[in-house]
Amino acid sequence: MEIKASLNSIYKPSEDVVTRDIQGEFIIVPITSGIGDLEGEIFSLNKHGRAIWDKLDGKKTIKDIAKELSLDFDGAPEDIEKDVLGLTQELLKKKMLVEAGKK
Amino acid sequence: MTYIKKEKTIEKAGLWMKSRPLLVRLDMELTERCNNNCIHCCINLPAEDSETRKKELSTDEIKRILKEAVSLQCISARFTGGEPLLREDFQDLYVYARKLGLKVLIFTNATLITPALVDLFSRIPPLERIEVTVYGMKKSSYEAVTRVGGSFEAGWRGINLLLENKIPFVVKGALLPCNKDEIDDFEKWAAALPWMHELPSYSMFFDLRCRRDDYRKNELIKSLRFSPQEALKFLIRKKNEHLKKMKEFCSKFMRPCGDRLFSCGSGHGGCVDAYGYFQPCMMLRHPDTVYNLKTGSLKDALTNFFPRLREMKAANPDYLNRCAKCFLKGLCEQCPAKSWMEHGTLDTPVAYFCKIAHTQARFLGLIKEGEKAWEVKNWRERIEDFTKEKAVVS
Repeated sequence: MEIKASLNSIYKPSEDVVTRDIQGEFIIVPITSGIGDLEGEIFSLNKHGRAIWDKLDGKKTIKDIAKELSLDFDGAPEDIEKDVLGLTQELLKKKMLVEAGKK
Repeated sequence: MTYIKKEKTIEKAGLWMKSRPLLVRLDMELTERCNNNCIHCCINLPAEDSETRKKELSTDEIKRILKEAVSLQCISARFTGGEPLLREDFQDLYVYARKLGLKVLIFTNATLITPALVDLFSRIPPLERIEVTVYGMKKSSYEAVTRVGGSFEAGWRGINLLLENKIPFVVKGALLPCNKDEIDDFEKWAAALPWMHELPSYSMFFDLRCRRDDYRKNELIKSLRFSPQEALKFLIRKKNEHLKKMKEFCSKFMRPCGDRLFSCGSGHGGCVDAYGYFQPCMMLRHPDTVYNLKTGSLKDALTNFFPRLREMKAANPDYLNRCAKCFLKGLCEQCPAKSWMEHGTLDTPVAYFCKIAHTQARFLGLIKEGEKAWEVKNWRERIEDFTKEKAVVS
């Protein structure tokens, strides 16, 4: 069953991935199966994606994260909130994030 | 907005256009021991050789090296041997490397693949296709190569375990007198594997013992090598594909390299041998070209030791008169490692590779009968003619 990301939920990186910074490129390397395929898929996040990832620390809700990011990035708060929620949903689907609680 | 992208081959995806990491891939030769005793092998020592085993790096020493490799932004580790699965700590090392965020490429004969190992690869995938060498399609040919009874069954059992459990792997062959008639069967079978996107690669210009440890084995290896004519016949069996590849290759890599010994990528990465010596490539074990990791670091080797090696120049007059001026350099396997294995030096021309390169060049129309490639002055024109399809290919 697919977990839906919600604004009031808190998420953190799964223990089944390792993140690496390779020459400024932010890489997510799957450790266990079910994340990507068996044949070498690793993933990279662009700078906006990375800014979101860095705040997915198991303490802040999506709403809080979007609020913090709106101080650093241009854009309407509702658009930023939508982006954070969208990436979180994608990362959850790929099992790179896990839910850590709700507020 | 798109934030995330898949990077199947991140090390080749152009991410290093600005600056390449100090180390992209590290080869780790976990042991020189092998449970097979292949007639053509340049490295295998007996599996039960306890003296050799004692000298091998410990689990902690290998982990320390892997950890340093990751700190240097290494993406992938290749576990090879000997037979890497012989090490009792293989699973521990594999899991450790994967949890560091490394992709792991495993070179194996598949005889030691077990259900437990396949289960591990299912749970924690290597992220690289395992490379399995297949020595024959029949028990008689397979074991004529491996010289170990039961290895045929063990090897194929391992391959089938990988296949049944959908663990991605590719296969390679060693072309030998006892199995060369099975190529068509081998390739037909290999083509049906879901992860084989190209024909299998083959070894056929077998390297001599890379520790220069056994004269008699060297004589056997030499007797198993394809002759230049046999090699050419094999290489051109898919003539159009071969010509297409050669045209691309020649336009990129064919030129005389002068007196610099290293014209390849050696030393930009490297291979850690089973005892902790870091080599600029997997084959080069000349004592002057290896770096002791027990008293130093990968970083020091890559930033200080290997760059000095890469500046080394040939001194052998024979090399300077031939190889240094020869435009077949890219086509020829001559290199410091081959010179070391054949002659114990870094700069002695290897007659066998010279003959192979000349035979291929004659076929491609790059040189005429009786010509020595190092005497050709208009080599640029000849390469241009060939790559533009003006050359007459017999």
